[in-house]
Amino acid sequence: MFDEDNKKSNLKKYFHKNGRALGSMGYFLLLMIVFLIGAPEVWIRPNLHQSVFVMMPTLLFMVIPLVFLVASGEIDLSFASTYGLSAYVFALIVSAGIDPILGLFAGVFTGAIVGAAVGALIVFGKLSSLVASLGVLFLIRGFLFVSTNSRSITLLEIDSHWMYPILVGKIYGFPVQVIWAVLFVVFSYFLFNRHVFGIHIHHVGDNEVSASQMGINVKEIKIKAFMFVGVGAAISGIFSTLITYTFFPTQGFGYLLLALAAVFIGGTPYWGGLGTIAGAVFGVGVIAYMEIGVVAVGMSGTWRQFFNGLIILLALLGHRLHGDRVR
Amino acid sequence: MEKIIELKSVTKKFDGVTALRNVSFSVNKGEVVGLIGDNGAGKSTLIKTLVGVHNPDDGSIEIHGKLVANWNALKARQAGIETVFQDKALCPQQSIVWNIFMGKELSYPFGFIRQREQIEVANKLIREIGFTSKLIDAESPVGNLSGGERQGVAIARALYNEAELIVLDEPTNNLSLNETQKVFDFIYNVKKSGRSVLFIGHNIYHVYDISDRFVILDRGEVIHMLSKEKVHTADDLMKIMRETIKGH
Repeated sequence: MFDEDNKKSNLKKYFHKNGRALGSMGYFLLLMIVFLIGAPEVWIRPNLHQSVFVMMPTLLFMVIPLVFLVASGEIDLSFASTYGLSAYVFALIVSAGIDPILGLFAGVFTGAIVGAAVGALIVFGKLSSLVASLGVLFLIRGFLFVSTNSRSITLLEIDSHWMYPILVGKIYGFPVQVIWAVLFVVFSYFLFNRHVFGIHIHHVGDNEVSASQMGINVKEIKIKAFMFVGVGAAISGIFSTLITYTFFPTQGFGYLLLALAAVFIGGTPYWGGLGTIAGAVFGVGVIAYMEIGVVAVGMSGTWRQFFNGLIILLALLGHRLHGDRVR
Repeated sequence: MEKIIELKSVTKKFDGVTALRNVSFSVNKGEVVGLIGDNGAGKSTLIKTLVGVHNPDDGSIEIHGKLVANWNALKARQAGIETVFQDKALCPQQSIVWNIFMGKELSYPFGFIRQREQIEVANKLIREIGFTSKLIDAESPVGNLSGGERQGVAIARALYNEAELIVLDEPTNNLSLNETQKVFDFIYNVKKSGRSVLFIGHNIYHVYDISDRFVILDRGEVIHMLSKEKVHTADDLMKIMRETIKGH
């Protein structure tokens, strides 16, 4: 009897603790069922899911670090331009005939620098992260338009380099970048939930004053979170350039709102102190399937944004069931 | 007597307003110091400076007789000073265990934490401080706890870290009689183990009961420093306090 009660309360505790992640999983499954009923014959075609698998890793590299940042109580919009800038640095180096490995490191380094700069602007300049990162978003995008003269760079021979199949090749038709994305998610999960950095992110986002009274360096944690977002966006941008063989000046701009939507659909609340990596993965799943699913069920692509909006609102209402912020 | 911490001629200003003026003050090993003063006397500013939350604008801080530079909260904790802040310094959305280990996590090399070990310690601590509800364990969020229980978590944190000096900023505010008694028991136990306590309180009778020495602060200045031998009853202390305030 006692054991049974214990089991029950353990199960209850599990649901309570993981409510946000499980909720996002619920929305994802629901969406899958809707599409399955709507267009079963299209839905069982493997190449439809393959195109999602190509898109999902790119989104994950961007979205997972955003969970850290939002949980720390800040927000960033500039990542969508950092994505483009890092891809540009990579493309410049490769097209100059320098080893792409160097280009890769330079691109990622660029992301880290931009992240640190945005973070420093917010932490030391005491600016609002929403507004300051909006400024940086336009600033970098503007720089890309000016310096490329709005022209794209094509890297046709990039796939002859040995790192190409390792990063974005295919094994029996299965895109390798999915493996990298899975590794990234697993690493991030432990970083967020079982590492001093992730735990300090939670504390800083929950109560900045308490965190600093307990000796946590709030500024350092926030800047590191911005840097992580920059690095994630850089990896994402470079992967996308590798896949499409092209850098173009508007690259990444379309992901700005989709990536943020994935974070919130994923169950990470906007107010800080809480976040879920597993939830964000399902959030990305919802966004990625929405992109193709609407067309797959036979509706015009013009409906896509409408349904994106609908699911964001439904998801937020659902996550509300997990309660308001406790103080 | 060995001094754990000493503030020498410390001045602290906020936007031109002087909150502490030339304050010299120390806590010796094994003693309980009661810090009293009217609202706005600078009690909180003094302890926040002492524990590294504020940096003094002027003057110096010595730990065990050694001058320290760039005093901050992390250094204070490393020097063995733990604080139970008036606002309790908790993160309500996080679990009890994460709050107890906040800023001093048990970790492996490369910073991954010893979660299981932390949970074991936290579960033991919350039983020690008297949490009996089966519904509360180390992984429950602090936000679900009552005011007294939250105070218990803040105290458990100070307790676990085996500090040399524990600073309590009005720890009995908004607590029931029973909970207040628990806080006093805690202070006696700390004293018995040879550690020091700095106690800030509004209730002069509380302060009188548990302190060995009294420091009276008024408008940012130390007005009196009295040992218990010189103050025979709590009413004497009250009288001295009244005279200080009357002098305005």
